[in-house]
Amino acid sequence: MSWFKRIKEGITTSTRQKKETPEGLWHKCTNCKKIIPFEDHKKNYFVCSYCDHHERISSNDYINIICEKKSFTELFKEIKSIDPLNFEDKISYSLRLKNATKKSGLDDAIKTGIGKIGNDSICLACMDFEFIGGSMGSVVGEKISRLIDVCIKKRYPLIIISKSGGARMMEAALSLMQLAKTSAKLHKLSENKIPYISLLTDPTFGGATASFSMLGDVNIAEPKALIGFAGPRVVKETIGKDLPKGFQTSEFLLEKGFLDFIVHRKDLKVKIKKLLVFFKN
Amino acid sequence: MQYLEFEKPIEKLVDKLITIEKLNSEGVDTKKTIADLKLKIKNKRNEIYSSLTPWQKVQLSRHPQRPYTLDYILQITNGNFVELHGDRSFKDDKAIVGGWGSIDKKTYMFIGQQKGRNTKERQFRNFGMSNPEGYRKALRLMKMAEKFNKPIVCFIDTPGAYPGLEAEERGQGQAIANNIIEMCKLKTQIICIIIGEGASGGALGIGVGDKILMLENSWYSVISPENCSTILWRSWDFKEKAADSLKLTAENMYNLNLVDEIIKEPLGGAHTFPQKTISTVKKKIQSHYNELSKLSLEELINKRINKFTEMGKFKNKK
Ligand SMILES: [Zn+2]
Repeated sequence: MSWFKRIKEGITTSTRQKKETPEGLWHKCTNCKKIIPFEDHKKNYFVCSYCDHHERISSNDYINIICEKKSFTELFKEIKSIDPLNFEDKISYSLRLKNATKKSGLDDAIKTGIGKIGNDSICLACMDFEFIGGSMGSVVGEKISRLIDVCIKKRYPLIIISKSGGARMMEAALSLMQLAKTSAKLHKLSENKIPYISLLTDPTFGGATASFSMLGDVNIAEPKALIGFAGPRVVKETIGKDLPKGFQTSEFLLEKGFLDFIVHRKDLKVKIKKLLVFFKN
Repeated sequence: MQYLEFEKPIEKLVDKLITIEKLNSEGVDTKKTIADLKLKIKNKRNEIYSSLTPWQKVQLSRHPQRPYTLDYILQITNGNFVELHGDRSFKDDKAIVGGWGSIDKKTYMFIGQQKGRNTKERQFRNFGMSNPEGYRKALRLMKMAEKFNKPIVCFIDTPGAYPGLEAEERGQGQAIANNIIEMCKLKTQIICIIIGEGASGGALGIGVGDKILMLENSWYSVISPENCSTILWRSWDFKEKAADSLKLTAENMYNLNLVDEIIKEPLGGAHTFPQKTISTVKKKIQSHYNELSKLSLEELINKRINKFTEMGKFKNKK
């Protein structure tokens, strides 16, 4: 019994904690609840080896999975959120930002930079759900916008990994306009005939779906990710009955024609690499 | 006439005026009283409408007697309008209307979200909440306008894109995203006017343009105050507070550089004086079109793209 108790104490949940835990700890799958050594879980790209559940991971994890070792240079880290509307609900937005930074160790809900896949440079933007639900505010829009400028200048392909609850309510219309801002920049990218691969991960909703996430030359998603415009709870309330099984999953979107393919996380890098070669040669 | 709670003092005076005007028509000399009353009404309106709270403006934006898209189009074109239907792929969405119309013999493509006035009409128009096919119809019409070098006018008045099951199946997010990117590059003049409610992606789906104008008592934001209240306060009761916090009025939006101009409504609001409001809007469309048509298409599109890419507020220091 004492053995089992020790495991339980070692079980980790949040991505950040994992990073700080020494070897020998355990991970409990949020889907099938089975317990596996954390190191094995990590080697398996944070995908459950029992049920194939793709755990939500951070931008740093994706950078490690996709980019060559130590090839990633973060850009625009200096761009930070402010509270332009003095927004206040139960707490002020300023405080919310402070708490989010403290809790997640992140600057905002997106990380942008240049990395390498094989020998080829890419521009990568990756969202973090842990920072205010991966919500898109002015900073997310500005970082994507500036990254696209780099893409155009250097002629590097763009990869955006979406993981977002939607627009950031505390920036109200300013956040809404990030849909137009990012889309306008993607139009410029497209004019320059630079490829854009959009990877949608669990969850991708609202403003992200209604702008850059759906605008890839190629739209791909991880298995069983929830993707949609309106959240499932809102849809359920609208129709007044239970949602069909599999509604708003990647598999559902693939079937309806909105995705090019679904990619297992272990194949992610290889598949992206393959696509980039097609665009290049 | 329907009066909102905060308009009740005006209703009282107007009722009184009607009674006295009746007496006057029966031969009683009430000229002085009538003049006094009219002045009182004017002053009362001034008092009430000059200090509206954001939530009161939200209520006005939804006033059932406020002019809707088709009211604007029909009066502006003097009935010289042909409605065009369908997205050529799935169906005709009744929540978005559009078609060719003309102002002083100049052809425009008019598009807008349409609400209904009674229960039956409201259902028919799905409360102005479009499905993906509505956005796709709008884009089809916009591309036709581009093809024939005609300017586009979009009237925005929606509580949001429809959050239904089939809307999701048919790609609500993709439809809006596609409209947004396509509107960024359309080679023709686009004037967008928020005439009532401008809620979220549902509004922006026909809201990218060279000039974004907002009626004085309309609102524009990422979410309605009610839904904002539900999400952030976990209760419907904080909608007034949410309306304040969201900075969703025309004045707020103008000060944030997110819209280009506020269109003043007559004292008493668009619902009290719809015709006067519409003729002001008509003049604005004409003057903005005249200004925009002086730019080359390249300048026009660059300006449009730059305007939207500059939106946002953040700090940029280490
Ligand atoms: Zn599992």
